Amino acid sequence: MDNQLNIWEVFTQSKPGQPYRHAGSVHASDRQMALQNARDSYTRRGETSGLWVVRAEDIAATTIEDNPSFFDPNDDKIYRLPSFYTMPEGAKNI
Amino acid sequence: MAVLTEAQTEFFEAKIARDEKIEPRDPMPDGYRAHLIRQISQHAHSEVIGMQPEGNWVTRASSLRAKLILLAKIQDECGHGLYLYSAAETLGISRDEMLAQLHAGKAKYSSIFNYPTLTWADIGAIGWLVDGAAIVNQVSLQRTSYGPYSRAMVRICKEESFHQRQGYEIMAQMMAGTRKQRAMAQDAMNRWWAPALMMFGPPDNDSPRSHDAFNWKIKRESNDTLRQRFIDKTVQQAEVIGLTIPDPDLKFNEATKHYEIGPLNWKEFYDVIKGNGPCNRQRMEHHMQVHEDGAWVREAAQKAALNGQKPA
Repeated sequence: MDNQLNIWEVFTQSKPGQPYRHAGSVHASDRQMALQNARDSYTRRGETSGLWVVRAEDIAATTIEDNPSFFDPNDDKIYRLPSFYTMPEGAKNI
Repeated sequence: MAVLTEAQTEFFEAKIARDEKIEPRDPMPDGYRAHLIRQISQHAHSEVIGMQPEGNWVTRASSLRAKLILLAKIQDECGHGLYLYSAAETLGISRDEMLAQLHAGKAKYSSIFNYPTLTWADIGAIGWLVDGAAIVNQVSLQRTSYGPYSRAMVRICKEESFHQRQGYEIMAQMMAGTRKQRAMAQDAMNRWWAPALMMFGPPDNDSPRSHDAFNWKIKRESNDTLRQRFIDKTVQQAEVIGLTIPDPDLKFNEATKHYEIGPLNWKEFYDVIKGNGPCNRQRMEHHMQVHEDGAWVREAAQKAALNGQKPA
């Protein structure tokens, strides 16, 4: 069995102020190598202002099958949305 | 791998029907997963092996500008291989297993990379024709149903357009040069045209795995449709710079508005896939050698990381 190092997930920010988005993954032995490999793999066109790397095994994620019951506490709380409320006729800027 | 429950199957099929992307943690049939692993890993291997014919000309590039461009292109191909390995890994296969399959000859790569690059014009022909054909295929695959594969295709297509343009620029420059340079460009065209057309795979009536691939929306357009799109684009580009398409049967059909080509030598295609192309052995031996030569780097990096680890 050949050693292919650990998998790190890569997140890139396209411009300052933008959210970080998942780009893909790289293999690396430590954080520094992961950042360098992520730079070489995912930012070759100068379109990135920031990089995050995280060990793939450290990410916890929902599965699509859990989703309905996992997210349903939000389904019956439509009063969290502004459209739930009735505004008096004629009121402006609200 | 488990057999899907009825609810899971329904979920998968409904998602496909709605044209939604399948994501790594979604339930999916074993056949879908196996088809994708085969296709994505072979796509990745093609990007990586594809660096070899181009690497052949780095030290002999025609100018410093040409050398920098060629290096950047080869680096992109390596990056594209990595995007694709990364996408395949989300399906539960390790990089190690994929490389083992390549080295054992179980996984293939695009047979076009088993042809040699004999002159500088071949670098032009590869960029223009081989990358050009790959782009037509990959633009279509941006709509493939597996999310990570689709996203890798979007990223790759963005980067590939310079590859094709730099190749066409080389061909145009040579066609504007001396008689010897023009002959060299035409010779490259003569050798790469048919293999480039065969990159799209066998004709639709002889494409064994297409049925499932279409049902699962992994494949969105047929081999012949994609091949025709490439031919229609490329014939005009050849004419502009004075290259002749090496096909005596080529003609424009006024009724369909498409170019029609003569028969392709599919026997040669299958022969090269089987391992009998001019460079098959050389490509694989080189890949294995470099992989083994790099083993100590990976081992050292892993040990250094373990030594540097602080207690949690």
